[in-house]
Amino acid sequence: MELAFAVVIGVLTASGVYLMLRARTFPVVVGLTMLSYGVNLFLFSSGRLATGGQPIIGSAETYSDPLPQALVLTAIVIGFAMTAFVVVLSLRSLADSDDDHVNGRIPEQDNARQEQEDAK
Amino acid sequence: MSLPLVVLLPFLGALAAPLFAQGGRTAIAVVSCVPAIIGLAALYPHWAILADGGIVQHSSEWLPALGLSFSFRLDGLSLLFALLILIIGLLIILYARYYLKPHENVGKFYALLLCFKGSMLGIVMSSNLLLMMIFWELTSLTSFLLISFWTHKQDARRGARMALAVTGGGGLALLAGILLIGNIVGSYELEDVLAAGDLIKNHSMYPVALTLVLLGAFTKSAQFPFHFWLPHAMQAPTPVSAYLHSATMVKAGIFLMARLYPALAGTEQWFYMVSFTGMATLLIGAYVAMFKHDLKGLLAHSTVSHLGLITLLFGMGTQLAAVAAVFHVINHAIFKASLFMAAGIIDHETGTRDMRRINGLWRYMPHTATLAMVAAASMAGVPLLNGFLSKEMFFAEALELNLPGLWAYLPPLVATLAGIFAVAYSARFIHDVFFNGRPVNLPIFPPHEPPRYMKIPVEILVFACLMVGMFPAFSVGPLLYAAAAATLGGEVPEYHLTFAHGFNLPLLMSVVAFAGGLLMYTQRQRFFDFHARFREIDEKAVFEALVSRIADVAHTVTAAIENGSLQRYAMLLVVSVIAVAAAPLWNLGIAVGSNGLSPIDWPTLVGIAVLVVAALGTAVVHRDRFFALVLLSVVGLIVSLGFARFSAPDLAMTQLSVEVVTIVLLMLALYYMPSWTPIETPKGRRLRDILIAGAAGIGMTLITLAMLTQPFTSISEFFLENSKPGGGGTNVVNVILVDFRGFDTLGEITVLGIAALGIYAMLRNVALTPPPGDGQGHPWTRDAHPMMLQQIARPMLPLALMVSVYIFLRGHNMPGGGFIAGLITAVALILQYIASGMPWTQARISIRYHNVIGLGLLFAVIAGAGSFAFGYPFLTSTYDYVYWPVVGKFEVASALVFDLGVYLTVIGATLLALTSIGRLSPHSAIKSTNKKEGS
Repeated sequence: MELAFAVVIGVLTASGVYLMLRARTFPVVVGLTMLSYGVNLFLFSSGRLATGGQPIIGSAETYSDPLPQALVLTAIVIGFAMTAFVVVLSLRSLADSDDDHVNGRIPEQDNARQEQEDAK
Repeated sequence: MSLPLVVLLPFLGALAAPLFAQGGRTAIAVVSCVPAIIGLAALYPHWAILADGGIVQHSSEWLPALGLSFSFRLDGLSLLFALLILIIGLLIILYARYYLKPHENVGKFYALLLCFKGSMLGIVMSSNLLLMMIFWELTSLTSFLLISFWTHKQDARRGARMALAVTGGGGLALLAGILLIGNIVGSYELEDVLAAGDLIKNHSMYPVALTLVLLGAFTKSAQFPFHFWLPHAMQAPTPVSAYLHSATMVKAGIFLMARLYPALAGTEQWFYMVSFTGMATLLIGAYVAMFKHDLKGLLAHSTVSHLGLITLLFGMGTQLAAVAAVFHVINHAIFKASLFMAAGIIDHETGTRDMRRINGLWRYMPHTATLAMVAAASMAGVPLLNGFLSKEMFFAEALELNLPGLWAYLPPLVATLAGIFAVAYSARFIHDVFFNGRPVNLPIFPPHEPPRYMKIPVEILVFACLMVGMFPAFSVGPLLYAAAAATLGGEVPEYHLTFAHGFNLPLLMSVVAFAGGLLMYTQRQRFFDFHARFREIDEKAVFEALVSRIADVAHTVTAAIENGSLQRYAMLLVVSVIAVAAAPLWNLGIAVGSNGLSPIDWPTLVGIAVLVVAALGTAVVHRDRFFALVLLSVVGLIVSLGFARFSAPDLAMTQLSVEVVTIVLLMLALYYMPSWTPIETPKGRRLRDILIAGAAGIGMTLITLAMLTQPFTSISEFFLENSKPGGGGTNVVNVILVDFRGFDTLGEITVLGIAALGIYAMLRNVALTPPPGDGQGHPWTRDAHPMMLQQIARPMLPLALMVSVYIFLRGHNMPGGGFIAGLITAVALILQYIASGMPWTQARISIRYHNVIGLGLLFAVIAGAGSFAFGYPFLTSTYDYVYWPVVGKFEVASALVFDLGVYLTVIGATLLALTSIGRLSPHSAIKSTNKKEGS
């Protein structure tokens, strides 16, 4: 069980990191979302894997660790807020530069800046 | 309480003084005098205790965990310096009143001057070394601002920057030294440090600590090889030069050596470092002063030389030398401040400071000339003046120094040589300026005497020169005794203060110095010719070149790392995390821990297999963005099932509803974006990324595996035990969120609200035209809002709201709560937008979601602050049972109000974010404005 869980986290991380390194905004956002699944699961698993031990007093004999659960619960919501923010950032960048490249600049600007530096 | 008052009053004065700038220079000068006058009055009652070597202390805590306390100490040494700072400060205020022109920013000048005064008093009166450090840095800063007071002058700005770089750098070294001392002693209180002298000196870190502290002292007091900043600081207005750069601030390093004398002095390292630095500074300063044509340049180098003399005296390590050093601090402050003021007057009245042009001023300003000549004579060490007394003591000590072999001749030789130079440059100051023919081409001609009151400060100081010179025991005897006692830590050696000691070897050295100096002055042209053969090093140019070279290196390094490519930053970030984490993890020997592995059941295995396929699939097919999104949602769903499987029902519900919102969000975004990612990156680059991603994934797998199989202890026992009796709820996760860790949650929902507002702000006035089709040639469907969906969605709303209320209310005891209920409500509302479109929904739900966020935060804060009313800390919760018809006995916790805040904030934030994006399309915006206009 633990091995399978660890592999899941590894796969989520690897897939997330790969997507995060892409050049366009949308895959990067997807990658960040994927990565946050992995991170949330990792945080959650720091309370160890328990079956049928939901931390509701009186509902089980032994309870799983409620603290990581509380932390992950807010992390999920905040993670959503951050995803939304990054998505909007990419939309704004798309609107401003008419391009969805993560470096967010138009090649002409790049050339102009290079020329300026050369002039110095 | 009077000690902190003395230190803090000038800062208050600095705030008040500029308010009087409208009233003219006199008004502001009068106001600026107040702190010093009150300060002097407050110090006076303590004299009785201090005269016998007593100490007055005031202490209050500031940051005890860091060893930083707000404590002050007044003993003879700090009194001596405080008096110099306060009294010379008063004279400077008067002098500056006439020095500054009416159109200059007088308010700023006096405010800075007062800030400096407070900082300097702080240095000398702090009883805590860390507190002293704060004031130390403040003097560097105020000095920087005062040197560059005439901001339009490039030289002034450069000089200021140089001074800040040197003294600030020294300040860093000093901080490190003080931290070391504090570490050795275990306290930063001066009392403990001074008492622990033997402990410090025998400690293995003593050489390092001493070197660092001395670096701080030497840079501040312009000792060789850091002396170069002081002459360049002379670009400051002359009152600043007189006050900061001759009388007080440059003595801060000297003060530090005196203050820590019992703790650090008396070792070989101290002797060699301090005395040889002092000797080099003494000679170099005196030699260069001879060749400066600028009046203030001469005085600046002479100051460097005298600072070297005092340093050398402290370095000698004998008690009498320390007394002489303290004595010379007084004398130098008096005669040098008056000389600077005189130089300022000459500059003021002639328009130049070049001694090749200022000649024969005696006939134009005899009064000023007399004063300056007396002060200059004191600088040269003429008998019956104060400079003579401490110089004789210095000569005597130089003779006493027991160095092995021929080295024994070095100190007296250096002393005499420096004496010769001092006489020569003093003679030059007197003869060149006041006699030596007629003025050459003065910008202001003819010069005349300055305003009456501008001379008063100089007169007072020159009078002090005479008094100390002729009646030393009467005028400064008690103060010197108290200061010496405080410096040496109690025992004061026998010394005799009198205007003449009869004929002895030191007197002979003085005679030699006079004869030599006068001879040298008469033969000065030869020396000038000799000196001109050497290329003069312009320290400022060297310094600027060094600074710009460092800046260039910084630019190159920054440009190499930060080239504007986000892709690259992300890569570097991941690679460095892997690199940093790899070695320690390797050393830990990550493996399966002692708990071992537990068996896996088939349903879980299937779920995990689907998740792995979907996650990898997302990466593989990511170019087809829509497909990737579908796979991503599969991952999210399995993750929420996983939470349910591993005993976290709250998380499962949260993840499920967030999943819905996230996918809707990404779909919305995708609507505006290209639906296909082009192939741009070369194959090698992709392979590299796969390797990086693989390394990250394997690393996380190993860490997780190791963590999951280790035994562990958790602090959660507390939460489990106290959830019901303390928080009134059986759902421990929810009780943690709204009660135990309620403050965290408050912060988190605040972040949520801010993020949503940020999204709103970012998308205001942005118009994005969605592409006409899906990018593969298919146009969008014309049936944007299918009838079936509309018909199902509308009755869903009340049902979903009811469910969310139920989930909300039961949250304290069963899985649920504000977060989940808020998300469910949000999903139900979003469904309406999707099914019927923005315009239709906006017309029916006219809530501004900003207000919902605000209301939610307000509820949360009120719920927290409510506990203040009962005298409990923020967010203390209480609960009680009420009887509710139909439902029965029901428990109401005050945390419910808090949870309501969470609920509202989540709804507001989610909907504000999504509707902001939905509104982007010009299509929907036009429709909605039409609607408004129509109604």
